[in-house]
Formats: sequence, C-alpha cells, structure tokens
Amino acid sequence: MLKLEKRPQPSRVFAWLTPLMAVVLTMIAGGILFAMLGKNPVEAIRVIFWDPLFNEQFASYSRPQLLVKAGPLILIAIGLSLGFRAGIWNIGAEGQYILGAIVGAGVGLAFYPLDAWYVFPLMVIGGALGGWLWAMIPALLKVKFGTNEILVSLMLVYVGEQLLASMSLGLLKNPEGLGFPGSRNLKDYPSAFNDELIAGTGMHWGVLTAFLAVIFAYILLNRHMLGFSIRLTGEAPRAARFSGVNPNLLILFCLGMSGLMAGLAGLFEVSGPSGQISIDFNTGYGFTAIIVAFLGRLHPVGILLAGLLMALTYIGGELAQLMLSLPSAAIQLFQGMLLFFLLAVDLLTNYRIRFVKREKA
Amino acid sequence: MTQPLLKIDGLTKAYPGVVANDSVSFEIGEGEIHALLGENGAGKSTLVKMIYGLVKPDSGTMQMRGEPFAPPEPRAARAAGVAMVFQHFSLFDALDVAENIALGMEDPPPMRDLAARIRSVSEEYGLPLDPYRTVGDLSAGERQRVEIIRCLLQDPRLLIMDEPTSVLTPQEVEILFQTLNKLRAEGTSILYISHKLEEIRALCDTATILRLGKNVGTCVPRETTARDMAEMMVGSELQTPKSAGAKLGDIALDISGLSMPSPGQFGTALKNIHLELHRGEILGIGGVAGNGQDELLLALSGEERVPSDAIRLGGRPIGKLGPNARRAAGLLCAPEERLGHAAAPNMSLTENALLTGAVRRDLANRGFLRWGQAREFAEEIIKKFDVRTPGPENAARSLSGGNLQKFVIGREVLQKPYVLVVNQPTWGVDALAAAAIRQALLDLAAGGAGVVVISQDLDELMEVSDHFAALNEGRLTAKRPTKGLTVDEIGLMMGGAHGMEVAHAEA
Repeated sequence: MLKLEKRPQPSRVFAWLTPLMAVVLTMIAGGILFAMLGKNPVEAIRVIFWDPLFNEQFASYSRPQLLVKAGPLILIAIGLSLGFRAGIWNIGAEGQYILGAIVGAGVGLAFYPLDAWYVFPLMVIGGALGGWLWAMIPALLKVKFGTNEILVSLMLVYVGEQLLASMSLGLLKNPEGLGFPGSRNLKDYPSAFNDELIAGTGMHWGVLTAFLAVIFAYILLNRHMLGFSIRLTGEAPRAARFSGVNPNLLILFCLGMSGLMAGLAGLFEVSGPSGQISIDFNTGYGFTAIIVAFLGRLHPVGILLAGLLMALTYIGGELAQLMLSLPSAAIQLFQGMLLFFLLAVDLLTNYRIRFVKREKA
Repeated sequence: MTQPLLKIDGLTKAYPGVVANDSVSFEIGEGEIHALLGENGAGKSTLVKMIYGLVKPDSGTMQMRGEPFAPPEPRAARAAGVAMVFQHFSLFDALDVAENIALGMEDPPPMRDLAARIRSVSEEYGLPLDPYRTVGDLSAGERQRVEIIRCLLQDPRLLIMDEPTSVLTPQEVEILFQTLNKLRAEGTSILYISHKLEEIRALCDTATILRLGKNVGTCVPRETTARDMAEMMVGSELQTPKSAGAKLGDIALDISGLSMPSPGQFGTALKNIHLELHRGEILGIGGVAGNGQDELLLALSGEERVPSDAIRLGGRPIGKLGPNARRAAGLLCAPEERLGHAAAPNMSLTENALLTGAVRRDLANRGFLRWGQAREFAEEIIKKFDVRTPGPENAARSLSGGNLQKFVIGREVLQKPYVLVVNQPTWGVDALAAAAIRQALLDLAAGGAGVVVISQDLDELMEVSDHFAALNEGRLTAKRPTKGLTVDEIGLMMGGAHGMEVAHAEA
C-alpha cells in the first residue's frame, strides 16, 4: 500500500526535479496518445521537441520563432509570478497585454509619419502604462472594496477584446487600408518598428526586456526586502502583517507590475512580429503565461526555461500538425498534460511516498 | 479483585523518528477518575487516540471488561461506550447548541426531542445550557459544556477529557469538578489528561505518569506531593526561575482609553483599556481564552491601528504607527500562534529571523537584504536560547513547539526591547523550555525593560509577574500586586464563573 508522508521541510532536490519528471511523463503519456491516434510516437515526439531546433529543413525558420514566442511568455509570466508568490491572482494578463498593444501602437500611430528616435521609446512607455492601468482596475477595486481580483481581472480580458475589435474597426483603422479592419502595419514605419536586433535570431527588444525582467525578478525576490515581503505574504499572510507588510500596497505593486510587464509584451508584439492592431491580434499568451509561471515553479530562472520549453511545444506542435497531420486538439491536450503532470508530481516536494504493508485488521 | 473497566497491555506506537508509546500498560477501574500525566510530547495524546480508535497501535492489546477491545475507528469506540472531550473544540460557531450536538450523532432525533434531552441532561449534571443559543456567542467554558453534554448523551462508560481546565476560570473549574465527581458516583470512569498537578491531586483517584512514551510510574495523587509528581514527569530536578528583583523605573508603556472594534466576526472588542507599565516591571495579564487577549496583542504590535494617544511608549504617542515603526521605537511583540503568525512555517530560520529583526538589527541596507547578518542573527538566537536544530537553514516547521517558541522569544529578547509583549509564551512547551523562557523574561525585566505577559496559565503568571490584571470580555481590570493575591480573588478578576454559579445551588 502506498502512503504519503509529509516531509519535515520541502525537498530542494525535488523542487528542481519535478519539472523534469513532468516533462518526461508528458512525453510518455503524449506518446501513448499519439500512438492511439495511429502515429509513430517516437517520431511525433521527435518532431515536436527536436526538429524545430535541429532539422536542417525547418530550423532556419523555427529557431528564431523560439525566441519570438518565448519572449512574451517569459515577460508576462515573470510579472504574474510576483503576484502568485504573494497569493495575488492576476488571471487577466491577456487583457493587459491587449491594452498595452493598443496604447503603445496608438502612441506610435499618433506620430505617423514623423521620423524621430523618440517615437519607439514613447511607445514602450505607452505600452507599459496601458497594461499597468488595466491591472490597476482590479487592484483598486480589491483594495477599496475587497472584490475578488481573479474574477475582475478575468472579466476585463473580455472587455479588452471588445475594445481591440472596436479599435481595429474604428479609431486605429488604417485610413489607406481599403476598408479592411486593422491598423497601419508598423513594419512600414521604421521609427515605430521593433525590428530584430540581430538578423535571423528572432531577438528583438521584447526578448531582451524579458531577459532583463528575469534578472530583475531574481534580484527582487532574493535580495530585496520587497521581494521578501512578497514571499512572506504568500507563505503566511498573518506573519507578513505581523512583520509589518502593508497588504494593500503589496496588492497594488504586484498587480501593477504584472500589468506593466504584460502591457510591454503586448507593445513589443504589436510593433514587431505582429506589426498591426487587428481583431485577432491576441493569441492567448496571457493565459499560457500562467502555465509557464507554474511550470517554472514561480522562480525567475525556472520561468525562463519553462517559457523556452512552452514555445518549443508550440512550434513543434505546429510542425507536427503540418508534417504528421496530427489534430490541433491533440497538441493542445499534450500541452495541457504538462501542467497536470507538474501539479501531480509537485506533491513530491512536500511529501514522500512510502510503501507500507497493509496493517492487520 | 474486581475486573477493571479498561485494561491496557503493552501498547506500542511508533512514528518515523519517534516512539510515541513504548509498551504502556495500566488499568482504569469502574467508577474511577484516572489521571494521565505527562509533559507535552510524552505520548498522552497518542495513547488516548488509540483508545478512541483514531490511531491503531503497532502492538499490544486492550480489554474492555474482559473482552478484547480494538476499535478500528472512533464510531466503534463510541459504540463500546468510550466518549472523548477534545482540548480543541470541534463546534461550528454559526450553528446553535442543539444543531452542533445533532451533527455528531449517528441518527439524531427530531430537534425538539433533542433539545429536551439536552435540557434534562444539562440540569441533571449541573451544566445549564440553552439548546437554542448560537455557539459563536458562548464563552469557552460554555462551549466545553456543549462538548461534555454531547458525550453524556451517549451514556458513556469511559469519558476521556483532554486538558479540560485550560480554558476555564478557577470558579468554572470548581463546577466542572463537581460534575465529574457526580459522574464518578454514578459509576462512570474518567480518564483525565492534564499536566496541572494540583488539579490532579484534588480530583483523581490514581495517576499514570508518562515520560518519553514510557509509563514511568503509577501513584495515588492524594498521597504524593506535587513536586514528586513533577519530577517523575520531567525526569530531573526542576529549576524554578528566579527574579533578580529589579526596582521599578519610569513609566515605559502607557495605555489610556484604548478601545478597538473586533477585527474578526467572532472576536472580542477591546473596551476602554487603561494600563501603566514601568521599566523593570513584569505585568501578567490573565483571563479565559477569547476575552480580548489576541486583540490586545494586535493593537500593541501595530497590526491594528488605534488612536494615536491611546498607546504611549516612553511618553511618545504610537497608536497610529505600523509594526516596523513601533519596533524602531522599542515596542516588540511575540504573538501566541507560533506557526503562521509569529513565524512562517515553510521559511528557514534565517528568513524568520529577518521577519521581525530587519529594523532593529539593521538587516537591510536601503531595502537590500544582508543575508550574512540575518544568518548570524539566527545563529545567535539558536545559540543563546539553546534552540535544538541542525542549523538556521532549516524550515521553522521542522522544529518542535518548544524549540520554535524559544526561537520566537529569543528573536525578540535579543533585539533589546524597551517594552516586550508576549502572548502565551509557554503554551504547548515542555517544562524545561518553559522554565528557560520564563527566566529570559525575568532577566529582560531585571535589565530594565518593561514586560507584559499575556497568559492563560495562572501558575505561570504567579511565578513571573510583579503585578496582575485580568481581561474579561475586552475589559482590563486594574492591576494589583501579585504577592498576596488569592485564587478566589484572581477568579473574580477573571469574571467569576460567567454566570454559572446557579447550577449547583441545590447540590
């Protein structure tokens, strides 16, 4: 008989081992799934995890895509992880991402066609501000009236989506766009375009910002009183109050920070890989980033690796759809499994499994 | 020789790392009040959990009136006539008394019949209780009655009571003892768990003493001195804490007209509290649990803000200041609940040292943490307060209650407070650690600090404090010198019997 036993303290080894175990288990279970769909499981796993990086035919296209996709995921997930560490649940990063894109792109389009060095920096500030303000709505409502930030931030995603549609059909619509919905393409406006910093790598300002955010979060959480307060609040809220943490300030900071980073991610996306505001601009980065944050154990370095892994399964998944004609639902299932396995094996950090003989009745 | 009610033979139960019970044997006779005596961690709880069917023994047997008795679950134990009143009540605040009792029954009778039975049982045993009152409004003593009546409705042969007097005033203890004596006279056996020796001497017929899971002796409490029993319990000679007898200095802490609404739904509001504490003075604040102790600590620690003038520290108004500003001013606190309030369970001792030590020990430089200094501070606490742990990187939850409490008290004492407020400093702590903590408080006062000890352990308050005051429904009595106070006077200060006297008028 199996028995769970609480460890006297969390295991450091398992804290790092469980994400790897989750990946391996996902590969095994995913392999079985693909086999049942009549595909060769080994080949499917290879197409998803190996070919995007090392297949000569595809790698030149998909390798830069890795950073393009991982950048926003990491940037958003780092912001979310600060709140999650403190037990503040911002589920609406998708909305903040949209608002960052709208405000940032709006700033850029307002200057069109002025050619000046300061256009892009102003857009960055606009994007950050847009996301921040959108996140301040649930934050202030929670502080003032005790509303639930999970519900408010989530509902604001749908408001954001409507706003996005309205913007692409109205205020920000390309006047030379022949009536098609969507804004001007910022790729055609050099002062506002977030181009690749090194050609052919996928590295743009957003990816760089994501890496800086990893370093910032690491220092904040491990070296600064504010980060300590965040962790303390998540571990023991009453002890945090006793320690002198002001819970309201922490809510404002954490929601604001995650909104700001999601807004930045939206701005870098709209001014770079996407290029324009359109009705279907958002593709779910804000929700996937929640998975990335947990897959990375809410640790900055973990999130960096998890973001890269998640981006890989996206690119590999698309490749598998193309090459093996796997249904896209199977790919989504595969990605979902990753989170489920992580949550399941996560138990091993705080508990150990013992085999005990069945007790005599 | 008559057959015993319950015969326990060689019960053993091991948990990973500890043997909680090591072949314990004893007998409980019919109509006997049997004391089970031992320090925290001696294995009392494990033993009664085995009798009540919550835990299965590794080896050993029990016999109930000669029949083998091995309850696989509490329901079987109850069916065999064993009932238990737990130390921590399992009652729902929002339900009334009868509803709470019905919840614990296999198939409860209609509410009206049940209410009538509750009334008749409560009157028969001198425990008046209105079945329709909401439990959230009851005092701790009354809640305990709900638990006792719940047990009596099962008509038990053996009633187990786990530390029943820790929540009662002396007068309420008196009423409880009359009830227990009445039950004994009717032939019910009682297993009475406690570490309060005088109570056991007053009430019990026999006592079994446990130490480190072993039965170290059986005695007749009436014929044994409290000191002998204590030394059997601890296994060594006890050092009584000694006060150096400091002279009282200026007024350190001045509370005047402090009122505060209850922060929680079932908490207690503080009502117009006045208090003067001098340097070098230890003030003991007694009272039954739930009469405003936690709220008073929150108001003093700065977790709840009050009008500025309500609290003055060395003459300076600090009521509006937050916890860290108060620490900077010299007012330090140690709350009752170790895990989750005074310390974060999953965080290391270094991080827990930082939790309150950042300001006074200068553990942060413009917000950036000095981990090296924090670690040194944690090591200093561990060394000076003899905290048993492999090192400061261990999580707070891995420490035993006594060791963690030494860490929590040590953390505040080593910050050299001007005034220290502690709530239940030795609750659930073994006797040696408790003596060390009390000595530390006495030394702190001798060094010129003002100390407020909030506690429900009257013996502790009598031992350490110069003055005594009591909290009763959010009000604080005037303080009186501890020397010369009688138990009756203390009981009256604590609010007497909360209107329970009538019960035994006819007895």
